[in-house]
Amino acid sequence: MPTFEYAPAPESRAVVDVDSTYGLFINGDWVDGRGTAFKTVNPATEEVLADIHEASPDDVDLAVKAARTAYTRVWSRMSGADRGKYLFRIARILQERAREFAVLETLDNGKPIKETRDVDIPLAAAHFFYHAGWADKLSYAGYGPDPRPHGVVGQIIPWNFPLLMLAWKVAPALATGNTVVLKPAETTPLTALLFAQVCQQAELPPGVVNIVTGAGDTGQAIVDHPGIDKIAFTGSTGVGKMIARSIAGTRKKATLELGGKGANIVFDDAPIDQTVEGIVRGIFFNQGHVCCAGSRLLVQETVADEVVRRLQRRLSTLRVGDPLDKNTDVGAINSRAQLDRITSLVDAGEAEGAERWDNGCALPQKGFWFRPTLFSGVTQTHRIAQEEIFGPVLSVLTFRTPQEAVAKANNTPYGLSAGIWTDKGSRILWMADQLKAGVVWANTFNQFDPTSPFGGYKESGYGREGGRHGLEAYLKGSI
Amino acid sequence: MSTTDTAVDATARARDLLGVSRLTNQALTSWLHGLRGVDQVGCEARAAGLGTRSIKNDSKRWAIDLAISMIDLTTLEGADTHGRVRGLAAKALSPDPSDLTTPRPAAVCVYGDMVATAKEVLGDSGVKVAAVATAFPSGRASMPVKLLDTKDAVTAGADEIDMVIDRGAFLSGDYLTVFHQIAQTKAACGDARLKVIMETGELVTYDNVRRASWLSMLAGGDFIKTSTGKIQPAATLPVTLIMLEAVRDWRELTGEMVGVKPAGGIKTSKDAIKFLVAVNEVAGEDWLDNQWFRFGASSLLNDLLLQRQKMKDGVYSSATYIADDSPSTAY
Repeated sequence: MPTFEYAPAPESRAVVDVDSTYGLFINGDWVDGRGTAFKTVNPATEEVLADIHEASPDDVDLAVKAARTAYTRVWSRMSGADRGKYLFRIARILQERAREFAVLETLDNGKPIKETRDVDIPLAAAHFFYHAGWADKLSYAGYGPDPRPHGVVGQIIPWNFPLLMLAWKVAPALATGNTVVLKPAETTPLTALLFAQVCQQAELPPGVVNIVTGAGDTGQAIVDHPGIDKIAFTGSTGVGKMIARSIAGTRKKATLELGGKGANIVFDDAPIDQTVEGIVRGIFFNQGHVCCAGSRLLVQETVADEVVRRLQRRLSTLRVGDPLDKNTDVGAINSRAQLDRITSLVDAGEAEGAERWDNGCALPQKGFWFRPTLFSGVTQTHRIAQEEIFGPVLSVLTFRTPQEAVAKANNTPYGLSAGIWTDKGSRILWMADQLKAGVVWANTFNQFDPTSPFGGYKESGYGREGGRHGLEAYLKGSI
Repeated sequence: MSTTDTAVDATARARDLLGVSRLTNQALTSWLHGLRGVDQVGCEARAAGLGTRSIKNDSKRWAIDLAISMIDLTTLEGADTHGRVRGLAAKALSPDPSDLTTPRPAAVCVYGDMVATAKEVLGDSGVKVAAVATAFPSGRASMPVKLLDTKDAVTAGADEIDMVIDRGAFLSGDYLTVFHQIAQTKAACGDARLKVIMETGELVTYDNVRRASWLSMLAGGDFIKTSTGKIQPAATLPVTLIMLEAVRDWRELTGEMVGVKPAGGIKTSKDAIKFLVAVNEVAGEDWLDNQWFRFGASSLLNDLLLQRQKMKDGVYSSATYIADDSPSTAY
């Protein structure tokens, strides 16, 4: 038994009411879906949280029509200043109800309350505040004197940051004058549905935001609907390619934010204790369910053993368990399917000869869990160095020179993120120039801000979200 | 063992650790500047992260008692009188007269001329007497004076000596002088344990804090201590984090444990528990003992006692329910 045992410090579930059934949010109202209802579970306990209606293609059609009507009659005619007022109102309500959202997100997603409370929800509110500010200043954004919205935008978001990804999509779309049909991921629909209540509370005109729930078929119905002007998608590269194929030859625009296999590059002059923290934040934040995760650690050979040793010591202090406990560092894997995928890739890593280490912590009996895991002796040709694992698994590779680090970092079909750890400012700039990654962090990792554009190179997708660059995707005459 | 022998021992050991045949300022500089740098933003983020731990119920009860047992109950005022020191020492003997299960602080920390008075009250109670020495707080005196200051306190019965380093020498890069001063003071301590005050508020950068920590450990300090309490900022969590990393890495290198003492500015139980969380998660649980971790504080004890009473009775008392010999400065 440890000397200093932290007593359980769970956040109260009572702050949020979870309904037993959720319909679809179309034209400002709740309607029944005509598809086959499904269940959303708490991945930490496998407890069923609610029944969720599935939107059929007819329901999607209803939602797109509502969005079109709202666009032509209300939203596109409204002044930017007035649109901004709605967005400010939504942002404030998100802050007021932050605790409710944090608990619900943790219940539905499995991520620790520490992260939903300190990262997901505050950042989601920040995105609305930021874009609210742009709504009446679009003429000064550098996209011409009177940039116009596309119209109706179909948005499909993933399960790793459910409310935050919604904010990344909805806030810029609304600020620029578009209306929205959004589909949350089938394993994490609850915060999007609570957000629908926020839209009602903010008295957002009906039809401006429509939320339809379902899995791949519902997503396909949105992508294929002729009334959709633009698709914004965040998710896997496989689905991203399907979307690109579906809309090829149509007038539909798209931004795709897809997978990644981020390289976190550590030089021997790096500030080592903070580097270890950054590596942990890079891959064990959100159980590694992060598209821009630093899942490949590239360490200069001279310090590789030391970095691995310090990393193992640090991982042994990570607290894995009840996501609602305020002291939990690593929560549950989001679904059985994802757990299976992680397990199979980790098995492949072992079979290919990489050395597997995990922190040996106790795991809860029920729910989907995976120990923080580290592979050393990984080479570029191993699957665990090439494929996105999307779990708490770090592959450690080594390099000898800065040139080799760049070459290895870029030797992947992905190009979403990279990290550089060194005390040399000039080397940071030189490296950042060479790395084919949409985001390069220096002496930090996984930092997000609404003012900073985010997006990928190569198979990590195209288009940017956030900042001035992110507005471009929602305005005509651009991408 | 004579003073010179120990100084020679410290030098010999330093030569050995540094792998040099002669301990020069150049050799010390290379070694200290070869330590890995500290990234300020990352260090502060880590400290803030540790500060979000939520310590409840039994853990909180346990942590409060541990924190009380780690306090160096301190009075270091020009206006200190024998009466006040006797009062403080009596407080250390029975911190909460309404609950005799309350643990006692580790030590009472006073100026050298008050050692005998404190010792008279504390006797062999187990509560130690710590004395500040070496021209505390500025350290601006000649070496013979500093050594005499130290020996005087030890002769008067001090169990522990809190010395200050020569920050001027450190900041001008004269590490060898700082090394020798610490080694000589250590020798003058005899059996007393030596705490080395780095006055981190004057060292300013985290890189300096790390270097001063390693230099102090190399020269034979038994404890590294943040501050005199006379300079702001005093004991911050990030600075203490750097020091905890230093003692952890020092043990990895030499097998020896060195204690850590943040002093000044830690006033509430909540703050104290944050420090204990940092000790637990950075240095490790071996340091969760007053042999290896101390709080230099005066008002902290009363807040811990209030919290302790609250945990027991379920209600908060006002400060008037905490018996204190010098209540005016305590709240």
